[in-house]
Amino acid sequence: MSNEQKVDPSRRRLLVTTAAIGGVGAVAALVPFVSSMLPSARARAAGAPVEADISKLEPGQMMVVEWRGKPVWILNRTPEMLGTLPKLNEAVADPNSEKPQQPEYCKNEHRSIKDNIWIAIGICTHLGCSPSSKFSEGASQGMPGDWMGGFLCPCHGSTFDLAGRVFKDKPAPTNLEIPPHAYLSDTRLVIGESKGA
Amino acid sequence: MASNKHYDKYKSNGGVGGNVLEWIDARFPLTSTIKSHLTDYYAPKNFNFWYFFGSLALLVLVLQIVTGIFLVMNYKPDANLNESGIPIAFASVEYIMRDVTGGWLIRYLHSTGASAFFVVVYLHMFRGLLYGSYRQPRELLWVFGTLIFLCLMAEAFMGYLLPWGQMSFWGAQVIINLFGAIPLIGPDLSTLIRGDFVVGDATLNRFFSLHVIAVPLILIGLVAAHLVALHEVGSNNPDGIEIKANLDENGNPRDGIPFHPYYTVKDIVGVVAFLFVFSIVVFFAPEGGGYFLEYNNFYQADPLKTPLHIAPVWYFTPFYSVLRAIVWPILGIDAKFWGVVGMGASVVIIAFLPWLDRSPVRSIRYRGPIFKAALTIFVVAFFILGYLGTQPPSYVGEKVSQVCSLIYFGFFLLMPWYSKIDKYTIPPERVTD
Repeated sequence: MSNEQKVDPSRRRLLVTTAAIGGVGAVAALVPFVSSMLPSARARAAGAPVEADISKLEPGQMMVVEWRGKPVWILNRTPEMLGTLPKLNEAVADPNSEKPQQPEYCKNEHRSIKDNIWIAIGICTHLGCSPSSKFSEGASQGMPGDWMGGFLCPCHGSTFDLAGRVFKDKPAPTNLEIPPHAYLSDTRLVIGESKGA
Repeated sequence: MASNKHYDKYKSNGGVGGNVLEWIDARFPLTSTIKSHLTDYYAPKNFNFWYFFGSLALLVLVLQIVTGIFLVMNYKPDANLNESGIPIAFASVEYIMRDVTGGWLIRYLHSTGASAFFVVVYLHMFRGLLYGSYRQPRELLWVFGTLIFLCLMAEAFMGYLLPWGQMSFWGAQVIINLFGAIPLIGPDLSTLIRGDFVVGDATLNRFFSLHVIAVPLILIGLVAAHLVALHEVGSNNPDGIEIKANLDENGNPRDGIPFHPYYTVKDIVGVVAFLFVFSIVVFFAPEGGGYFLEYNNFYQADPLKTPLHIAPVWYFTPFYSVLRAIVWPILGIDAKFWGVVGMGASVVIIAFLPWLDRSPVRSIRYRGPIFKAALTIFVVAFFILGYLGTQPPSYVGEKVSQVCSLIYFGFFLLMPWYSKIDKYTIPPERVTD
């Protein structure tokens, strides 16, 4: 090989341009592959609203329905349960539900349409476990002595009150999410759409 | 090691076998490859117990590939419910366990093999720490090793989803949601990983694809690169001295012996001992007391109900504890993002060891008290982190894991300082027996 030979700039330019355009093409070829990993049309279309019959839901009881593959809780709160909420305003991180974790019509003291019936997505806002219900007051369910009833996430220990408001200094960043919902009648609920939608 | 070009092609001795070998050698570097990687590859003669785990890792890799091939013949990655209301994937694993002839054995070999892989690899990595195997010129060898470890973690995590039990589902739910903590792109990224808005059939199918095709291919490639790099620089040894510095008249290291037959035969002893222990676990304790196969994973995945106690499999728990130890928001970003960063950093930092260690000697045999103490404390902290990761969250556990995480990172980040000021003794010229 002779070192005398000079680099031919026009050939070098052609090489670089070819490589660059080829590289762009190769990157563009990634697009269909990556987009195939996004939720499919079927997955996007799923998630129709679900109906729930709450006629048999006694005060103090909770039922779970599935909506978009997630647990949705329907809790019929007793007056005592509702009474705990104002007492906890100091202890929870977002007492007035300022963060948009609920539809406008649930941005109230009870985070619900009707005072007693509370609907929420039962998925912890930290890393997506489903909190377990700890409705008994005091330490009977392994909670602290001043516990007033609420929920405990088994994964990382976040606690929520009976309106799904997260207690301060817990890993979960926000209150539990309230899904859009509406009453079809006194005892029939639809979850997944608001009234008039 | 003598370089390849010394090797003559095989000259036939006139026999049929010799003729075949000569024919092949004229077309493919068979004899020279065997020579350069086995019969003329000189390894230090003073390998001890800790040097079994490299070849054992290779053995377990083969075991996982072979058992995996046979499992896929009967496994169905389908989260839809069958007519009995059981997810098809979960049912197919039960089918393998109960109805496929020998299926239970193949499955237990694979599930125990996963834990065995991590046992062996952790010991292999600890060997590197003991004897400074990552030091110049073996930096790239070490980096390849760290990448293998990362790949293994991805492989294990995705494999754990496939039985579609409760721990499969909720473990994946938590880990995928971790990515959601990354600012700006997080939520979209976790949707992209799941392929749906919840962990579901799409997630199961892609994890299956990645677990059986993509990651194993990368893993094998990295293992090949690890071995090529090893054979380029040669093995370190318990004395941490360079055997190539002392060559005999043929250019071979005086303190080295050919890998084959000496170490192939020696490694068979390690293989037999390993298979003893491994078989005991497979046949008598395949669930490993709930650590290898968690009890909750014998329940089918239920998206509506999280098990009361969820914890990752034991080999992830030290890093999981680091994740849980970080509970404060920093720079206005959620604590969970920093938890993810901490967990990622705790793995990646291992790759930087070659540049953090400033000691003039490699092996712990010639290092001073500071390094010995640091390594001991590090190992204790690592075990405590591992234990805490299996436990439900608690106040005391959180504080202890914060201290241990500090020790973990301190071991690495303070190493440039303490490894330099530490005492050391001059290693001998030749390896000791």
